[in-house]
Amino acid sequence: MNKIKSVYVRPLDIKHGRVDMSHGSGGRASAQLTEVVFAAAFDNEYLQQGNDGAVLPLPPANSRLVMSTDAHVVSPLFFPGGDIGSLSVHGTVNDLAMMGAHPLWLSASFILEEGFALYDLQRIVSSMAQVAKAAGVAIVTGDTKVVERGKGDGVYISTTGVGYVQGSISPSGDRARAGDAILLSGTIGDHGMAIMSQREGLQFESAIESDSAALHELVAVMLATGADIHVLRDPTRGGLATTLNEIARQSGVGMVLNENNIPVHRQVVAACEFLGLDPLYVANEGKLIAICADADAAKLLDAMRTHPLALSAAVIGTVIADDACFVQMKTKLGGRRMVDWLNGDQLPRIC
Amino acid sequence: MCLAIPACIVELLPDDMARIELDGVRKEISLSLIQGARVGDYVIVHVGYALQLLDPEEAAQTLALFAELASQT
Amino acid sequence: MKYVDEFRDGALAQNLTDSIALQAQQSRTYRLMEFCGGHTHALSRYGLLGILPANVQMIHGPGCPVCVLPIGRVDLAIRLAMEKDVILCSYGDCLRVPASDQMSLLKAKTRGGDVRMVYSALDALKIAMNNPARQVVFFAIGFETTTPPTASIIRQARANGLTNFSVLCNHVLTLPAMEAILTQPGGVPLQGLVGPAHVSTVIGSQPYQYIAKRFNKPIVISGFEPLDLLQGILMLLRQVNENRAEVENEFTRAVTLAGNRKAQALVDEVFEVRDSFEWRGLGSLPFSGLKIRVAFAEFDAELRYPDLIYTNVPDHKACECSAILRGEKRPQDCKIFGTICTPDNPIGSCMVSSEGACAAHYTYGRFSEVKWAL
Repeated sequence: MNKIKSVYVRPLDIKHGRVDMSHGSGGRASAQLTEVVFAAAFDNEYLQQGNDGAVLPLPPANSRLVMSTDAHVVSPLFFPGGDIGSLSVHGTVNDLAMMGAHPLWLSASFILEEGFALYDLQRIVSSMAQVAKAAGVAIVTGDTKVVERGKGDGVYISTTGVGYVQGSISPSGDRARAGDAILLSGTIGDHGMAIMSQREGLQFESAIESDSAALHELVAVMLATGADIHVLRDPTRGGLATTLNEIARQSGVGMVLNENNIPVHRQVVAACEFLGLDPLYVANEGKLIAICADADAAKLLDAMRTHPLALSAAVIGTVIADDACFVQMKTKLGGRRMVDWLNGDQLPRIC
Repeated sequence: MCLAIPACIVELLPDDMARIELDGVRKEISLSLIQGARVGDYVIVHVGYALQLLDPEEAAQTLALFAELASQT
Repeated sequence: MKYVDEFRDGALAQNLTDSIALQAQQSRTYRLMEFCGGHTHALSRYGLLGILPANVQMIHGPGCPVCVLPIGRVDLAIRLAMEKDVILCSYGDCLRVPASDQMSLLKAKTRGGDVRMVYSALDALKIAMNNPARQVVFFAIGFETTTPPTASIIRQARANGLTNFSVLCNHVLTLPAMEAILTQPGGVPLQGLVGPAHVSTVIGSQPYQYIAKRFNKPIVISGFEPLDLLQGILMLLRQVNENRAEVENEFTRAVTLAGNRKAQALVDEVFEVRDSFEWRGLGSLPFSGLKIRVAFAEFDAELRYPDLIYTNVPDHKACECSAILRGEKRPQDCKIFGTICTPDNPIGSCMVSSEGACAAHYTYGRFSEVKWAL
């Protein structure tokens, strides 16, 4: 009887080890990385099968399939309130939620830079696992590639999500109508300023944390009210201003906002003042805009305010008929200004 | 033309630096352009430097000016 | 935010607006120039243009250091990054200014130039200290508010014995520009000027007296907050109605007669006035710009890289930045405004800086003909 001695594979040194090209080549090192780091953290029946893909059940009758994808290249990788991992899960969960869908499964593909610390990878993956579990989603399939040192920024993560949307629920960017109420679930600018606070040269100390969060349960609460919700969208890159302009254009309408009603944390206001930034254009990762029939605004707002992620929800404006699709705002001062598309990148200024 | 904001000195630091605070946001800036600043003073901050001390009495007087009734114009 | 929020109070704004409405005589048109780009931005951001009476017109002045920076000077910075392999440190405002050959500092960065944005002059110094093997150049721009920090870091560089640090100096002076605006033949008729806030904290209110007297125009130095601006405009209207031409200071909480003497001395130690400096829109103005003194020559990038010679580059043919900076034309008078020239694709620097007249008008003002729902 031949006893085939199993090949000794040196255990992965998470503490001090680094990603090298072999981790992306598909061989033993790849398999080990997948098994020890990814599969162990994301552990579920699909990954346990160890196949190239996950076979998923069809949606039940009267439900439709929804799919969404997002890539994450945030720098720094770790920031107050989150990291690239938690962001990548929340981002895709939220995209599905904005379609009115219940998110179920995610894929996650990683592009790792040669030399990236395994310890940091482990932190990111743990964070993803934690956040996915809390959100009730499973990461069922994935991929890892490695690029040479200098050709990546540590790690890039791409997530694709699949979920089910019930019945005739179909919030869409082109459904805003004159007379509708515009609701915002909470404070703006937190995520973007949390990132800014870590950027070299801009460093400032504050308690500002990213608001990165999974919004699907809040959306479920909102849908359950039976309110006639026309649009749901999360104001991520480009901020509230950009997202509202997108919706206005898609729907062929105008909007009128009230600056007094838009919640912003005092520290975010202060940080923006320092850098010459406008909170309206700063990214959010845990907030949503809902546009609904005016008659339903009060009950929708009440329902939102029962949820921990929307305690400071507010009605911030109204949709109006406007062929030019402008977004106008009454300023705190009682003046009026236009809230235009983000022009170029918002860069901190001296003037 | 210069983006500058009044902030409060909360700590004096070596090398003519100071920690200032504006509504909970803190930053380290240079005091090399002014003199006699103390903790608790408000300064005008521009590109990481304090440009001038803010005069609280004058600030109060200016606010009072704003409140003068329109009919008195 | 203390000393900020109180100066943005809506009720007080209403009070001031009422006062302005009473003061603005129906039969007259008041043309006031807000010299400073920061004021231009504030007028738009707080929606003040919509609450001033129609016969009070604000003309945007050239007090935007990015807007008046000649293309040729940006070219020098780009060449330093692309040809001399330096670490080129710049304030965020300059990164998108369109230069020659459809380049900008930002584009130079995408093509491999080591261009780094800094929030403070101190950051540029730190980069030099942390990268002893590389040459670091700080692209210094700005009026008198921003000059003292540059003076401070040059002195610090000397104290630290840095050999890898230099400054490409484009600092300019406010009063020569004001004079140029008020002197131009067939010039824009102005009844008064809103004086810059933070420049004045440094230079004081005293220097403006010469301008008020020579040109017989009232000048009111105003703070940046919307209430300051409204009060400043009110004070100007009063002066115009009473035929006075004095320098008044609204921003008394930060501006004194003499200004910040320590900062002035520091600037004087490191810089001297150039015989002449070119301003976009205003042409070459005598004694209007600063250069680094011989005593600090080793920190002068123009001496360290003598083969980089400034060449005047004319604006794009259709660009009206020049006329707009002089207050002769409005952004909407420019044929390419809002079509080819937009903040995403700026042809001239007035569209790049968020306080340039064109950018401000694009972002806020072009809607003034809109039927406001408010």
